[in-house]
Amino acid sequence: MPMPTETDATSPKHLRDKYAIVGVGETTYTRGSGMTTRALGTWAVRNAIEDAGLKASDVDGMLSYQSGDSTFSTFIAGDLGLRLNFYMDVFGGGSSTEALVGMAMGLIEAGMCKTVAIFRAMNGFSQVRIGGTGARAAAPVSGDMLHMRAYGWQSAGQMFSPTFMRHMHDYGTRPEQVAAVKAIHSEHASNNPKAFYKKRFTVDEVLASRIICKPLHLLDCCVETDNGTALIVTSADRARDCRHPRTLIRGVVGRCSKPRTDMHYQHGPISTVAGHYARDILWPNAGVGPEDIDATGSYDAFTFTTMLQLEDYGFCKKGEGGNYVSDGTIRLGGRRPNNTSGGHLCEGYTHGLNMVIENVRQLRHDADDSCPMGADGKRQHTYDYREGGCRQVKKCELTANLGWANPGTGSAMVMRRD
Amino acid sequence: MGIQATYLGMPLHIDDLDVENLAYFKHCAAHDFHLQKCSACGLLRYPPTTACPWCMSPKSQWVPVDARGAVHSYTEVHHAIQPAFKAHSPYLVLLVDLDTQKGKPTQHEALRVMGNLTTPEGKLAPPDMVKKVGIGTRVRMVFADAGPGIAIPHWTIDEGAKQPDRPWRYPQE
Repeated sequence: MPMPTETDATSPKHLRDKYAIVGVGETTYTRGSGMTTRALGTWAVRNAIEDAGLKASDVDGMLSYQSGDSTFSTFIAGDLGLRLNFYMDVFGGGSSTEALVGMAMGLIEAGMCKTVAIFRAMNGFSQVRIGGTGARAAAPVSGDMLHMRAYGWQSAGQMFSPTFMRHMHDYGTRPEQVAAVKAIHSEHASNNPKAFYKKRFTVDEVLASRIICKPLHLLDCCVETDNGTALIVTSADRARDCRHPRTLIRGVVGRCSKPRTDMHYQHGPISTVAGHYARDILWPNAGVGPEDIDATGSYDAFTFTTMLQLEDYGFCKKGEGGNYVSDGTIRLGGRRPNNTSGGHLCEGYTHGLNMVIENVRQLRHDADDSCPMGADGKRQHTYDYREGGCRQVKKCELTANLGWANPGTGSAMVMRRD
Repeated sequence: MGIQATYLGMPLHIDDLDVENLAYFKHCAAHDFHLQKCSACGLLRYPPTTACPWCMSPKSQWVPVDARGAVHSYTEVHHAIQPAFKAHSPYLVLLVDLDTQKGKPTQHEALRVMGNLTTPEGKLAPPDMVKKVGIGTRVRMVFADAGPGIAIPHWTIDEGAKQPDRPWRYPQE
């Protein structure tokens, strides 16, 4: 594809288009997997290797992320018979996916390994609940948590809400604007046979659902699910031998933060999130700008997180996020659909990895919807986005994933179709 | 020596190595709010840290701080997670800009101190009090005793302060 005119790029760009995501794999998005995280991770990595058309012996690197709730690379590699030249399991949830893709590029560039599997395996509903209930709520309160959990301020929704509220205060953002994110993602999920929640919701239904913690209604919050998800990263040259059209990585920014990572609220404006800083790395590295992007994957732990990131990465003017997410732009058929799988609000919760999987499929022009298979074994996309129909974005050439850890930290990645 | 206590059904633990939190909560136990003041650049900081976030100096002194300010943002929790909070729902978690050092060292910085909205006695606020408070409400610090060597700092409406006509609250009650 012809690329847009290069923007001013002061950052190193020699890795632009030199690495690719060649395989994606996942397990069923479910509640009650009936499997260990070790089994979930094994299935997801196996599926990703097979999707890439690779053999076990082709994969010699492994990265994963978790927060004391999952298995380790050693067991997945052992179970699948991979001999690794590099592996590492890092601590982290949201925003880890894009950051680890960047690390995989660096590892391969440094000659430490050739092809890297990245996985996240979690029983986020049936074992360690991400909402902060269960085991996490029962642990003694100590250290930095003395200034948080002692106030009944511990779940992600509770912790992020001062940012969401202040955005409404500062910019007049309205509840119904933000609720549109759930309504639109639920439309997308209704065209995704593997989504955990396929039901379509209206803005009114979101606003009528019970308040969890203001400004969040139940339906402003993502689902908790059990699932394993995986990606395979390798060089653009090796990617030529893989099964699918190449998905090239244009640029990555990883775990970019606002000041005061110990407690980001000390440094305002608190209605601004880490994307405000990350965009100055992402766009110059990628050599494109937000206006060039065909589809986004803006992390939807909550409806608000999608909006805040799209705004601070520059998809609209600061303060106009409420309008951007409710005017039809982010809907399938709109100018720039977001989370076409239904995302964390509907498809399932994987700390961001499934949103990268979705954009890889979009760039392959192979979204796994219910469109009929052609004689060539490829889906014949209808671009009819009514319920139960197509979810492939027309002419999808460039995507951006915006990963969220919290208001103070985020990661992002731009990918393109070859 | 470390501290063990129980507060609203939650086990609290401060390790004996955690000298910053031990000092912070020891002052709270005396109902006296103190923060670390950097010995090099003179800036106060919150929450307790092991070095100065502005100049990296590891040296600081604990100094008394006037704990009054205005609500910068908040959340009103209706679905409590900790069992002891359920009886008090909805409860407010407040992020309060202290008047002290507001706008320093740069325009949008402030000592933003967490706390629940409580009665003057440090009990989680009843529903009619919760409804009065929003962004801009003037508050003062009070303490809830949790055990020897530890009290939890909270916020209550500052009865003596001039309050905004209408503090900003989330539009849906």
